[in-house]
Parts: sequence; C-alpha cells; structure tokens
Amino acid sequence: MSTTIERQWTTRLRKRATGKLPPEKALPDTQPAYVASWIYVFGVATIASFVMVILSGFILALKGPQWWHVSSIGHFINSLHLWSVEILFFSMVIHLWGKFFMAAWRGGRTMTWMTGVVTFLVSIATAFTGYASQTNFDSQWITTQAKDGINATGAGSFFNVLNLGQMLMWHIVLLPLVAVLLTAVHVVLVRLKGVVPPFDDKTGAAK
Amino acid sequence: MAFLWSLASLISLEGKGHYIHWHFIYLSVANFIVILLMVLVFLAALFVPFPGRASRKESK
Repeated sequence: MSTTIERQWTTRLRKRATGKLPPEKALPDTQPAYVASWIYVFGVATIASFVMVILSGFILALKGPQWWHVSSIGHFINSLHLWSVEILFFSMVIHLWGKFFMAAWRGGRTMTWMTGVVTFLVSIATAFTGYASQTNFDSQWITTQAKDGINATGAGSFFNVLNLGQMLMWHIVLLPLVAVLLTAVHVVLVRLKGVVPPFDDKTGAAK
Repeated sequence: MAFLWSLASLISLEGKGHYIHWHFIYLSVANFIVILLMVLVFLAALFVPFPGRASRKESK
C-alpha cells in the first residue's frame, strides 16, 4: 500500500519540490549581509508595481472603456494603471542595470537572468498592446504608426495592430498570463539559487 | 489643490512636443528626463547607505 502511495505522481512531485525548495528557503527569515543595499530593492519594487498594474487592470476590465473615458473615478483608475506601468518600467530598468553590472548570471544563475530578460521583452509587448487598446486618438495614432513596422517584420500576418479586439485580448489575457508565469518562475529561481553576491564577496556564495 | 494646479501650469502641454536630435539620436525631452532620472536613481541606489547596514555587519 505504502509503495503504491510512494509511486503516486503527487507524492513524487511534492517530495521533489520540497526537497529542492523547502519552506524555509522559499520564504527565508534573513538574507545575506550584502543584500542590505538599495540596489537590491528594485526587483521587489518592480513586483510591487506589477501587482498595482494587475489590480488596476482588473478594475478597468470590470468597468470598461466608456467608464475610464468619462467618469472621474475611471480617469483616476486609468491614471493609476498608467503610472504603475511607468514605475514598473522605471524599477525594472534600474533592476536590469544593477544585475547587468554585477553579472547576475554567475553561479549557475543563467536561467534566472534569461527569465528576467524574456519577462522584460514580454512586458514591452504588453505595454505596447495596452497603448493600442486605449480606444482614443492616441491609440489610433500609435497603431497606424506601428503597423508598417510590424508588417515589415512579417508578424503582421498573425498580429494585426489595427485589430482592436485582438490587441485587447493580447493585452488583458495572453501577455499578462505569460508575464505572471515568467515572474513566478524568475522569483522561484532567485529563491533556489539565492541572491547574487557582489564581486568582492568572499563568503563562498559567489561560486 | 490650488498648489497642484499651479504645478501643472509650470509645463505647457499645448502645441508641438520638444525633441532632442543629435546625429542618429532622436528622442523627446520627456523621455530624456525619465532616462536622466533613472540614471540618478541608479547612482543613488549604489551610493546612498542602506538603513541598518552597519548594525547588520556588526552583528555578523
């Protein structure tokens, strides 16, 4: 009986997951001393602004374009969504610079770095489809300017920036899903491999 | 509230946007200011001491 339980995929998956990432490693009480620097704050600042983007996006999706164009609360939530995105990119770029100059791919952290890079690219696509889905003159201008460039790459055959319905679906379903999943993988990898130490750290964590 | 309105009037959003054009570099002044702010915040993050850093080092 116990052998049967041992062979279950749920048992094997749980043992593998908790073996690689035990709770005290997933949610640690302390961090190494070198993490006490402002440069290590921008990763979590990016996640905090991402949460605000998702929450304000939920409200915009609930109420719809008429609401965010005409009502004062709609304007406020729309602005909250925009400014959260501005802070997200601001923080993400500083996080990127910090990690680039400390070569954060060291010590077997290649996948952590690469998931970050891909998340950055997905975020740009998400922001672009957001600008394309505003349903105002700005979005008309942006999409008519972008169509020739995108068509020239060949992507226009399946990604039509002048198709508002398609842009909105990419913006509120497909791309956020990918961004959330990639961010989750990125954070789990940071927990698995630990925060990258500075170059001059001799504690052994840099190996 | 009146203070906020007076702040808004500091920058006129009427008329043409302002752009920086130098060789192949062509960007709006607004974007240039954001890039400049990012560089400043990046430098501050490197050099401004983190609260409690000294006490952490002592306790180790």
